[in-house]
Amino acid sequence: MAHVISDLSKYVIVFFMALYTVLCLLSVRNKEDDDRDWIYAIQIICMFMVHFLGFAAICLETGDISYIIFYGFQQILLFATIALYRVIYPEVNKLIINNMCMLLTISFVILTRISYERSIKQFFIVTASLIVGLFIPYLVKKLKFLKYLTWMYASAGILLLTVVAVLGAVTHGAKLSYSFGSYSFQPSEVVKILFVFFVAGMLKESKSFLQVVITTVIAAMHVLILVLSTDLGSALIFFITYLVMLYVATRKIYYLLAGLGAGGLAAYIAYHLFSHIQVRVVAWLDPWSHINDEGYQITQSLFAIGTGGWYGMGLYQGNPTAIPYVEQDFVFSAIAEEFGVIFAICMILVCLSCFVAIMTIAMRIKEEFYRFIAVGIGMIYITQVFLTIGGGTRFIPLTGVTLPLVSYGGSSVLATIVMFCIVLGLYGVKEQEGMKNAKKRKRTVKSVREQERDS
Amino acid sequence: MQKKENEQSNRSVNRKEIHNGEILFITILVSVLMFAVIWNIVDFMLHEKEEAINNSFNPRQELLASQNIRGSIYSKDGEVLAKTRILPDGTEERYYPYENLFSHVVGYSTKGKTGIEYSENMKLLSSHASISNKIQNELNAEKNIGDSVITTLDVSLQQVAYEALGVYSGAIIVTEPSTGKILAMVSKPDYDPNEIAYIWEDLVGDETSTVLLNRASQGLYPPGSTFKIVTALEYYRQNNGDVSGYNYSCNGHFTKGGSTIRCYHGQNHGSVGFERSFAKSCNSSFANIGTSLDIAEFQNTCRDLLFDSDLKLQIPYKRSMFQLTETDNDDLVMQTSIGQGKTQITPLHLNMITAAIANKGKCMTPYVVDSLESATGSVVKKNVPSEETVMMTEEEAAFMTGLMTEVVLSGTASKLDGLSYTAAGKTGSAEFSANKDDSHAWFTGFAPAQDPQVCVTIIVESAGSGGDYAVPIAKRIFDHYFETNS
Repeated sequence: MAHVISDLSKYVIVFFMALYTVLCLLSVRNKEDDDRDWIYAIQIICMFMVHFLGFAAICLETGDISYIIFYGFQQILLFATIALYRVIYPEVNKLIINNMCMLLTISFVILTRISYERSIKQFFIVTASLIVGLFIPYLVKKLKFLKYLTWMYASAGILLLTVVAVLGAVTHGAKLSYSFGSYSFQPSEVVKILFVFFVAGMLKESKSFLQVVITTVIAAMHVLILVLSTDLGSALIFFITYLVMLYVATRKIYYLLAGLGAGGLAAYIAYHLFSHIQVRVVAWLDPWSHINDEGYQITQSLFAIGTGGWYGMGLYQGNPTAIPYVEQDFVFSAIAEEFGVIFAICMILVCLSCFVAIMTIAMRIKEEFYRFIAVGIGMIYITQVFLTIGGGTRFIPLTGVTLPLVSYGGSSVLATIVMFCIVLGLYGVKEQEGMKNAKKRKRTVKSVREQERDS
Repeated sequence: MQKKENEQSNRSVNRKEIHNGEILFITILVSVLMFAVIWNIVDFMLHEKEEAINNSFNPRQELLASQNIRGSIYSKDGEVLAKTRILPDGTEERYYPYENLFSHVVGYSTKGKTGIEYSENMKLLSSHASISNKIQNELNAEKNIGDSVITTLDVSLQQVAYEALGVYSGAIIVTEPSTGKILAMVSKPDYDPNEIAYIWEDLVGDETSTVLLNRASQGLYPPGSTFKIVTALEYYRQNNGDVSGYNYSCNGHFTKGGSTIRCYHGQNHGSVGFERSFAKSCNSSFANIGTSLDIAEFQNTCRDLLFDSDLKLQIPYKRSMFQLTETDNDDLVMQTSIGQGKTQITPLHLNMITAAIANKGKCMTPYVVDSLESATGSVVKKNVPSEETVMMTEEEAAFMTGLMTEVVLSGTASKLDGLSYTAAGKTGSAEFSANKDDSHAWFTGFAPAQDPQVCVTIIVESAGSGGDYAVPIAKRIFDHYFETNS
């Protein structure tokens, strides 16, 4: 009986996810803010339905009612997040908050299904991150000196990356983390934020050739250290983010093209230097002939996606744990397997909608420093999404990147929540500017009226 | 008025200050890339999924098998071709009531999977039983029964074809030209899928054994004179549909560039026009025709006919190869024109070309799975006929039908003449070794010529001439078909 109900509920989950996604698109179309409120309200209902049905299926399939308590805490956290941000920052972008909560909801459900223990750990980190995040928009608005700390960001970032490269624990061939008890901390996640602030600070000051060269050298140092610590995914994220920020700041397409050319050359050299890159390219080109060794991860991932089909196997009906590192690098495949490909594609669209929302905010900000930060954060985010989903579906070679907000990993979720909150803060900056403009306009209107009266 | 202008100038100032072109460009670029990622997933789901999930390394098959009992496979009229029996000790056993009869097309599901057992594996393992049925099963702690596969196969036609091929190695395919439905598919030598566990070691141990190969779709053969269908079509195309001027005086051989082509068994066909060259399968005349052809256009026509192409088939197949380039010498041009040379074809592909001629030039994708039904009898999925490609124009198809009808009326397939139906076809005797007397017997054709309902392709390995060994088999199949379908 339980099985039948959970079997049916998967279609309903797909429906609510699809509805949520459609509303994301609608909210972009609707220009009037008032019209959007009902969209956001329905989105929240969809989100809670996905969450409820997901946990209902978990309880029914496992026969363990204690999950309800965990569900209750998550429910409170999500509700509090949505409510508090709305109350404290009424002017911020509600779509980004909704999307963030939706992705966290999906994460809670799939991580609980894969590993209860880990999902509890993740829940604590998410809670802490959201509390920290609550202060960030305010701080971004108030701490004007942030734009003058340019060299601090670079020094701190390079220091952190170097220490981890030299001393850090060796995890899956890439030196990535510091360990504190049962928690491990990946500095590269936090350095991403510092890096964006550094580049924004530099390019805000000047766009002269010399400034560009200096910035490029420092940026290249970040990338190089990451390459040497064999964290190729992060190296790629830093590289692409830098190129886009440089292009947006200088408005010179040839910087972008030259950067891509140099990147291609570097990739070619790296391919011949590092055997672990060759392995990944081989596994990408022909996974089926290397099904038992190099291609094992990617073929298991494709099995999961294919077997799940359009509507998924339903929670606990699939076999996602057959994929190595499923809760980190392959969480997308696990979602596709049990929730279905339609659901998974909707999730990609939600991620894309986050990116578009961030870039839209960037377009509205006049002050360069904040504008560049928005672009940088947007690129960090979407590059990560692209690398992990593209890798898990054999669109590009695997790079071992996690899916922001959804994958298991404390540092990653902390960094992403902080980044999203910075963007929400930028929205505040933009509103301030907007208000100033409005005041100015009022003043001119007044003076015009006065002139009219005078004449 | 002034207020408006003021606002406008205000806005234009804003626009000058903020340059959003770059951000917009990047946003669009990234969106396009993300949609490419999504498209790649959809493409995988549509085209590669089946092969991927049926891979024996996919641990999910065992998962499904532990939840559901493998579904049954039925003929088009509901006869059981394969089903799972529960033995008294509770273990499951796959049972094939017709033993050797459907060995290749239905396949086996232990020791790896082939045939329909392979291509429909996940469907057989997935259950779409009704909710009430599932609830009942769950309450009784019983497994759900997987979906059934209803095939397009006709048991009695398969039996006739199977018996007609006798002790020979070879393959027979019977299809419906207007839909692409496969009515019968025989490959010999064969095996009993019930015994696969016991004979497995012997079959795999013997590397020269081709028993497991489905010759109908995976056997590559020299097409022999059946390839004159392609050569004739090409000549017709290159002469803009007018072949009336063609005449050739056959004295049993044709020589060019130092090599000689001989007619089958040294026959002397005398003065032949185009139609008669085809009906009598005159090698000398067709070697002569071949040397007059533009090879580049010949290659194009072969591409139209799906040589060297991937087919949209669910069953495992090999690609046919047309191997002739403009730089090749006269000998290879002449050999290829009469179907010797290096060109190779599968019986299934030849059947597709023949069926296209029967279906006014349109080639339908051959398929063997008609529908999927849940264990409780509701239709889960119904396959509908789909067009593979348009191989030739209606006019060209009509011309080829005329040529092939003449083969029956006055040519090498005259054993089919004077029956209640008018057949059309082409014979072939493909030499495959240095010994000129050893040849595979081919026949490919359809009936009735004016309103084609059934299309047959036959190859009998090492038997002799197509007219003597393949045509009588075709006659038995046509006879049976029209007896039961009139």
